[in-house]
Amino acid sequence: MAYYHSVTLDRERCRGCTNCIQHCPTEAIRVRGGKAKIIKDRCIDCGECIRVCSSRAKRAVTDSFDILKNYKYNIALPAPALYGQFGSDITADKILSGLTEIGFDDVFEVARAAEYISALTRKMLDEGSLPKPAISSACPAVVRLITVRFPSLINNIVNFLEPMEVAARMARKKAREKTGLPDEEIGVIFITPCPAKMTSIKASIAVNKSAVNGAISVNDVYLRLLGVLKNVKPKNLAKAGFEGISWARRGGESYGTRLQNYIVVDGIQNVIPILSAMENEKLNDVRFAEFSACPLGCVGGALNVANSYVSLNNIKNIADRAGKSKPIGDVKDKDFMFEKQLGASSAMNLDKDLTAAMKKMEEIEKVCETMPQLDCGACGAPSCKALAEDVVRGYADAYDCIFIMREHVRNITNELYEIAESHKDGSGMTSDEIARAKELSKKLLELEQHQQSGYNFNIAEMERY
Amino acid sequence: MLKHYDISGTDFSVAGEASSNFKVVLKKLGISPDIVRRVSIAMYEAEINTVVHGGGGECDAEVLDGCVKIVFKDDGPGIENVELAMQEGYSTASDTVRELGFGAGMGLPNIKKYTDDMKIETQVGVGTKITLIVNL
Ligand SMILES: Nc1ncnc2c1ncn2[C@@H]1O[C@H](COP(=O)(O)OP(=O)(O)O)[C@@H](O)[C@H]1O
Ligand code: SF4
Ligand SMILES: [Mg+2]
Repeated sequence: MAYYHSVTLDRERCRGCTNCIQHCPTEAIRVRGGKAKIIKDRCIDCGECIRVCSSRAKRAVTDSFDILKNYKYNIALPAPALYGQFGSDITADKILSGLTEIGFDDVFEVARAAEYISALTRKMLDEGSLPKPAISSACPAVVRLITVRFPSLINNIVNFLEPMEVAARMARKKAREKTGLPDEEIGVIFITPCPAKMTSIKASIAVNKSAVNGAISVNDVYLRLLGVLKNVKPKNLAKAGFEGISWARRGGESYGTRLQNYIVVDGIQNVIPILSAMENEKLNDVRFAEFSACPLGCVGGALNVANSYVSLNNIKNIADRAGKSKPIGDVKDKDFMFEKQLGASSAMNLDKDLTAAMKKMEEIEKVCETMPQLDCGACGAPSCKALAEDVVRGYADAYDCIFIMREHVRNITNELYEIAESHKDGSGMTSDEIARAKELSKKLLELEQHQQSGYNFNIAEMERY
Repeated sequence: MLKHYDISGTDFSVAGEASSNFKVVLKKLGISPDIVRRVSIAMYEAEINTVVHGGGGECDAEVLDGCVKIVFKDDGPGIENVELAMQEGYSTASDTVRELGFGAGMGLPNIKKYTDDMKIETQVGVGTKITLIVNL
């Protein structure tokens, strides 16, 4: 199976530090041969590594403005987080009108689509047809995290499409009716705050084919938009109100449910312990759980420009000013549901076969015991345990641990020294001693070479991980 | 595949670590999500009991041919009336323990609910041994 990921590494920029490996929530990164390497079937595109990389070597692949040339008619789908980038006095109308001046023929607010999802959520909560606790499906990074690390919670995920997808379908329909153009000539382009949404477009786990054609990052539209915002004459384009715009920040989606009993968790490292508690049924009394991989919600997305705290405040003000939007009538759920069944990922499993997996687990424990339990990351794995696992899987060597390597070298050197010491009276070495000394020297040489060749071998091997 | 855990009876902040560690092990082994969930809920409750009632002890958790078997042992006060202890809502937890959020009296009933078999061997003044079986 091929895994598409928006998050990639810029090998030139990577200096091989170990910052990212210890922040990755799915232990998906290793440093091999002085460069980071992403294990594709574990990556959930949360963007955490992009945020922590001081060399800016982790990037999200998104589309450039050139994508607009592929279509006769282009519609921008701005994520609500875009509204928070410019200041609290810039209205949604201004931003949307700005988008129509930098190359788009029309706009459709994802915030408005979010209001449909909110309405549908309320309806289904009323009918009692949502799982308990119901987990929001809005953040694709969290949905993927669940499939990789918390598969027993898959059935708690509300199987509604992301607002982006809903917006795309609505925008497409409207454009077809308005222009008479066929689908292939209509470009629906998401303005994205995050790599995870890009992955949702290219390799959705919820729909067979996304109605979105591509995504340009908030970062890439920012300057162009800023250039036109000063003089743009705001047209009456904004339809979304307080409820939809608030989806950009933590708690916005929960507000839309009108529930009292909900939990809002932002930041992937905070999400993990809560999912773990849910898995143990410790939070069964919570009705709705809103998770976002990014701190503060989508305003904290890795591809935004504005500081997320400032942006959060902007969103609050803009949402307040937008007030109530036109009420959404009865929503038909079938237009908004997942087309595919979410499945558990086997990316973390040791083996398909239980007996083989247990054998590997025992070996891992044995290897791990020989390690210093410092989780220093110098070997390129996030923890001693992870290195032990890599060793048993055949993707690394125990000597990748610098402590084990050093101890080994020390033992060999000591033995050589002792042989020499026993002949300090000038007596000759026995043939056995000569053979042993040769053997030890050869081992030392091998260790020295191991480091380079071993690493290179692993780079090729890791692809199969 | 045997995992051994020492269960502290004094440090409440680490209560639950054995079960969360074993949960990770089961997931890595590729055990089905539903079984992982049942094992970890039952194991967590037994672990908490070993901490708050048993005063600490030890745990052996094992994946065998066909089942997961978990044994908790302690040298605590023992259980006077097992039938009573098994009832929903029955608890002898102290106020301090309740303040920590334990002591709803649902631990043993939940263990029964989520396991395929459970056995309690206990003697007042000597200690308690509880065995949990979940079939694969
Ligand atoms: N390991 C143990 N040692 C002594 N008593 C125990 C032990 N486990 C359970 N008990 C007794 O059984 C009761 C019921 O246990 P449980 O159903 O888990 O409820 P809770 O732990 O909330 O009190 C406890 O209050 C305690 O009196
Ligand atoms: S919180 Fe929002 S911006 Fe961040 S990964 Fe999830 S959907 Fe993307
Ligand atoms: Mg209990």
